[in-house]
Amino acid sequence: MAVCIAVIAKENYPLYIRSTPTENELKFHYMVHTSLDVVDEKISAMGKALVDQRELYLGLLYPTEDYKVYGYVTNSKVKFVMVVDSSNTALRDNEIRSMFRKLHNSYTDVMCNPFYNPGDRIQSRAFDNMVTSMMIQVC
Amino acid sequence: MDAPEEPQPPVVYTMENKPIVTCAGDQNLFTSIYPTLSQQLPREPMEWRRSYGRAPKMIHLESNFVQFKEELLPKEGNKALLTFPFLHIYWTECCDTEVYKATVKDDLTKWQNVLKAHSSVDWLIVVVENDAKKKNKTNILPRTSIVDKIRNDFCNKQSDRCVVLSDPLKDSSRTQESWNAFLTKLRTLLLMSFTKNLGKFEDDMRTLREKRTEPGWSFCEYFMVQEELAFVFEMLQQFEDALVQYDELDALFSQYVVNFGAGDGANWLTFFCQPVKSWNGLVLRKPIDMEKRELIQRQEATLLDLRSYLFSRQCTLLLFLQRPWEVAQRALELLHSCVQELKLLEVSVPPGALDCWVFLSCLEVLQRIEGCCDRAQIDSNIAHMVGLWSYAMEKLKSLGYLCGLVSEKGPNSEDLNRTVDLLAGLGAERPETANTAQSPYKKLQEALSSVEAFEKHYLDLSHATIEMYTSIGRIRSAKLVGKDLAEFYMRKRSPQKAEMYLQGALKNYLAEGWALPVTHTRKQLAECQKRLGQMENYLQTSSLLASDQHLPEEERKYFCQEVLSYASQQEDNPAPAGGVAPVVDWECVFAGHKVVLPMHSFARLKDLRFDPPNAVVHAGGVLTVEITVCSQMPVPVHVDQISVNVHFSIEKNNYRKTAEWLTKHKTSNGIITFPAEASLFPASQNSLPALDLTEMLERSPSDNSLNTTGIICRNVHMLLRRQESGSSLETPSGLALEDGAHVLRCNSVTLQPGVNKIAFRTQAKDPGTYTLRQLRASLGPVWFVLAHIHPVVQYDVYSQEPQLHVEPLADSLLAGIPQKVKFTVTTGHYTVKNGDSLQLSNVEAMLILCEAENRAVVYSNSREESSTASLRIQASDKVTSIGLPSAPAYHVIEFELEVLSLPSAPAAGGDTRILGTPEPHRKQKGMQQTDHCMVTTDHKVSIDCPWSIYSTVIALTFSVPFRTTHSLLSAGTRKYVQVCVQNLSELDFELSDSHLEDMGPAADLRLAPLNTQSQQLIHSKQTVFFVWELTWTQEPPPPLHCQFSVGFSPASEEQLTVSLKPYTYEFQVENFFTLYNVRAEILPASGAEYCRTGSLCSLEVSITRLADLLDVDKDEALVESEEYFSTKLMYEVVDNSSNWAVCGKSCGVISMPVAAQATHRVHMEVMPLFAGYLPLPDVRLFKYLPHHSAHASQLDADSWIENDSLSVDKHLDDQLDCSSVRSRGSTHSVSSSEHKGLPMPRLQALPAGQVFNSSTGMQILVIPSQDDHVLEVSVT
Repeated sequence: MAVCIAVIAKENYPLYIRSTPTENELKFHYMVHTSLDVVDEKISAMGKALVDQRELYLGLLYPTEDYKVYGYVTNSKVKFVMVVDSSNTALRDNEIRSMFRKLHNSYTDVMCNPFYNPGDRIQSRAFDNMVTSMMIQVC
Repeated sequence: MDAPEEPQPPVVYTMENKPIVTCAGDQNLFTSIYPTLSQQLPREPMEWRRSYGRAPKMIHLESNFVQFKEELLPKEGNKALLTFPFLHIYWTECCDTEVYKATVKDDLTKWQNVLKAHSSVDWLIVVVENDAKKKNKTNILPRTSIVDKIRNDFCNKQSDRCVVLSDPLKDSSRTQESWNAFLTKLRTLLLMSFTKNLGKFEDDMRTLREKRTEPGWSFCEYFMVQEELAFVFEMLQQFEDALVQYDELDALFSQYVVNFGAGDGANWLTFFCQPVKSWNGLVLRKPIDMEKRELIQRQEATLLDLRSYLFSRQCTLLLFLQRPWEVAQRALELLHSCVQELKLLEVSVPPGALDCWVFLSCLEVLQRIEGCCDRAQIDSNIAHMVGLWSYAMEKLKSLGYLCGLVSEKGPNSEDLNRTVDLLAGLGAERPETANTAQSPYKKLQEALSSVEAFEKHYLDLSHATIEMYTSIGRIRSAKLVGKDLAEFYMRKRSPQKAEMYLQGALKNYLAEGWALPVTHTRKQLAECQKRLGQMENYLQTSSLLASDQHLPEEERKYFCQEVLSYASQQEDNPAPAGGVAPVVDWECVFAGHKVVLPMHSFARLKDLRFDPPNAVVHAGGVLTVEITVCSQMPVPVHVDQISVNVHFSIEKNNYRKTAEWLTKHKTSNGIITFPAEASLFPASQNSLPALDLTEMLERSPSDNSLNTTGIICRNVHMLLRRQESGSSLETPSGLALEDGAHVLRCNSVTLQPGVNKIAFRTQAKDPGTYTLRQLRASLGPVWFVLAHIHPVVQYDVYSQEPQLHVEPLADSLLAGIPQKVKFTVTTGHYTVKNGDSLQLSNVEAMLILCEAENRAVVYSNSREESSTASLRIQASDKVTSIGLPSAPAYHVIEFELEVLSLPSAPAAGGDTRILGTPEPHRKQKGMQQTDHCMVTTDHKVSIDCPWSIYSTVIALTFSVPFRTTHSLLSAGTRKYVQVCVQNLSELDFELSDSHLEDMGPAADLRLAPLNTQSQQLIHSKQTVFFVWELTWTQEPPPPLHCQFSVGFSPASEEQLTVSLKPYTYEFQVENFFTLYNVRAEILPASGAEYCRTGSLCSLEVSITRLADLLDVDKDEALVESEEYFSTKLMYEVVDNSSNWAVCGKSCGVISMPVAAQATHRVHMEVMPLFAGYLPLPDVRLFKYLPHHSAHASQLDADSWIENDSLSVDKHLDDQLDCSSVRSRGSTHSVSSSEHKGLPMPRLQALPAGQVFNSSTGMQILVIPSQDDHVLEVSVT
């Protein structure tokens, strides 16, 4: 489904990044990193007044020839970035949204872990499994 | 339009298309009206209500009026809509019935029949009235009749289909009115026609679309139909609606492609799967690309053709709608999706063809947008365009790589062939851009023509893109493009240009903590630096890469080897020597140069351990520092030397650095752990580190009391430092080797990957604080330096003067019995030799008891027992010499001695003191918070130490364990002395041989002991009394000076080696000879047998003088008259227990004759207040002194104040008159009189022994009065 899923801290360093093992990991790192430009742009465009009721889902950040990059930002400015293969036309906006929501829930679980230090890299197995399920699930 | 093949006037396909309205009838008439009509029609908008719930629109109508021909009417099944005549108008000017009947009617009928044949119902008949014409013909019918006729004949029930236009060419209000009515009618009819015909068309179109699953269905056909609708909307200026038509087509097509990908292929789609043969990009400069449209119409279009055409139409409409940015956005989507669709449909595309197409299209779109916007608009909408720019750049780059334009050698023949093929696919340049210098076509052709041209175009594009990204704040994207550019430069062998971009990108990735991009960029940078010959930078990057966990083992080893081989080359060839592997002859550049690199890439300092653990060592001592270093290198590395640079500082005037403080306070475990460097976690980059606060207590060095307390922040240097904005982790310039005399070294160490332990040993020299500053590891000329060891690591070297401490073993020393005292000799830097001794000057009152078994223990600095030796003590008269066992420097010798303070005899009353060395004084000690505290004695001992020419004076404080008081007891004229001994200490003592001795000169006093036991145990806090009877032979007896002495020894100890001195107590007793005898008696009222409560009894007091005039009587109260002496006495009856009420005077002054057996009697009335055996009230006797005596106000207030409350109703005059009944609680107010300062007589108490109250202790029975109903019972 997704080919790369990344969780990025408020300070823009990766808390978690995983891509399909078959592909060049580096490429996705660059791609996700670059997408932060658009995330920043979208966040600042949303304005501060509407922070409360704003939509967490940022939509398509930018398409490339082969991939589509979607973004999502939590209220604490933690960003989720998902890279989807462009050829995967079955994935509509709604599916992406629900995937992000799942990701957010799982991330919240990670944060609730008293042994997790906010700001550390995410090493939770539960989170990892959830990400795996989102990456493997073939439509 | 008869048939599609009929040549159409070109007007149809320009955007000047207007809905067609045909005109029949009088052509001349129409021609005359046409100018006004075509001008007036679009002037006012008309609301168009539409079917399917679509929002109504205001629309300005225009029409293309053409002459009516039957051919114009569409045949059945013709779907053309553009050429569809929406309204047919018949014009006539006829006003003559005859003419009407003759020609017009026939003509109309014919016209109507044609329309009916084509089932067209949108028609209108206009009758133009002309007053001028009417006037010419007089026999005309009223004009209405013609119109009515026409209406009758043709408009059955549709009377509104015939309108009258009056005098259309005149300028009158009537004309105006008629025009308006006509135009409104015309517009209404036109719109009705639109609604009806378009609705019908849409229905047909929908029907056609529903058939798309049928086998013969063709997308192209459907496309043409729906486009027709789009055209009409466009014609009606409804661009939004027109765009919707294209968007629907777009979506439909996309869906088919997707379905095809999912295996649900439609036949017609195979047309679009033809191999791509032409890739000449989008064409957006014409409103309609007829070439492509014809291809579609002929069903010969490829996918790219269809997409191109569709997009060009959408683009046109969007530009009409003033939405150029949407064009850019859609263009990017389109290009991406086209690439995807071609892949999905497995269309064979020659390599590079798509790149050409995308490149051309991007530029075409950009130029199109730029062509219709001004600069400012473009500048503020870069965000929309930059995607296209970067896409174009990407495509050009891949074309460059494909065609061998990026390689160093230039394109080979294969590349050239490919280039030619690609250029062929572009075809000829289109005529509309042929004259444009910068057309996409020309650009591409030029770029592919030569290496230089390509470079120019590519750099232009790249720089433009970077600039745009930067200007809109997309720094990350700009860096990524820059990195691509760097790659290009590297290929073009221009590493100097590449470096800047790589550094920029690397900094960005480092700052945001992206490990993989960091590694990758660093690898590129290493290559770049190697080529540039930036040896130092290259080594640093290499070492960073060698320690990079994200790099494969092999690559790490390679980079590690790069560093090592450089190091070894330098060692082997100190002189420049050629022929070594690297590209640049490093040796020439850096011979004899130290290369300083940061340590963190090489190894990480994990922890540090001191031995001794408190990191305090005395001068000359040995200190071991063991560091744990985690080597990051993938292979074992042999290091020439590891050293720690130490900074030495002497901190004087700081008591923290004294030996005492250091040895006592610095009690860490000796392990300092260094936090892991979070190099790839820039989390704390913006947020400051948390405050590291610790409590600080500073104690006074002398008595360990708290001096200051506070909170200190340990990481204040982190919090308060400037936020370095441009600090690069990659530049080694910040590193400098510190020079210092103090260096800890460890030579020739092999560091294994992972944890290594390295121990440094050092002998401490100068006292002071040593701070570990830099850690370095050297490999030949390569030095890895940890510039600052943080947290601060220090060790202290101290030098200590030898010292002697003497302190009691117990809490306090007791005088009189042997006590242990501990001697502690801290040798410091002094070495105690055999024969060194302490010389104690003897103090008379303190003995040093020399026991046989005295042992001294020698401890090392760390309190480990090192040896024991017996102590040699030699005592002479003046000096006691204690031979010390030999001990090395910085050791401690401890031994105990027994001392005995001889008890002194504190004098009674404190007036007389025994003068001598011991100075007894009272000292409040914290230990003895009881109401009595022990008397202490200080003994100062002067000790000569072998290490000093000065004597040490030590004060030892001994407490006297006893407190003694004495008292005189009388029985008539017999006198007894009582001595009370109180044990204040915690010990039990045995008292023996109590003895009281008269010290006075006269020997006629004798003391007869009444004590039975010779030995007595006195427990802690207990009191023992001793009594002697005093007898004398000569009267009056002289004053008594006596000394009490009692032997004592601790009760617990059986054997004492020394004989202890007895405890003595001296006191004096004076005036103990009884002068007066006071006797009181209470008698019941006369006639009564017993005293009763509430009834008066008589109190008889008799005062009897027992002696003649004595020396003691000679004072102010004595009155002499004719050999006859008397003295003034005051008596006072006081009942402290409130048993009695004294009625009348309770006190009085009497003049007492000074003669033996002289008696004075006083009678008083008292009343018992309670029943029972009541003690008699006290009778007190005072000496009454006249007021003028200056000094004698010795009467203590206590004797006057008997109760707490004061009586205020007393006058000064009857102060002594006491005439009132003294009730309970009343008292004399002494203080008030004293305050007044008036002269008044004073009272002096008689010494205790001079008055004997013979009725003390007597009781008298009081029975309750019979009428007493109340029985008062007090329970106490």
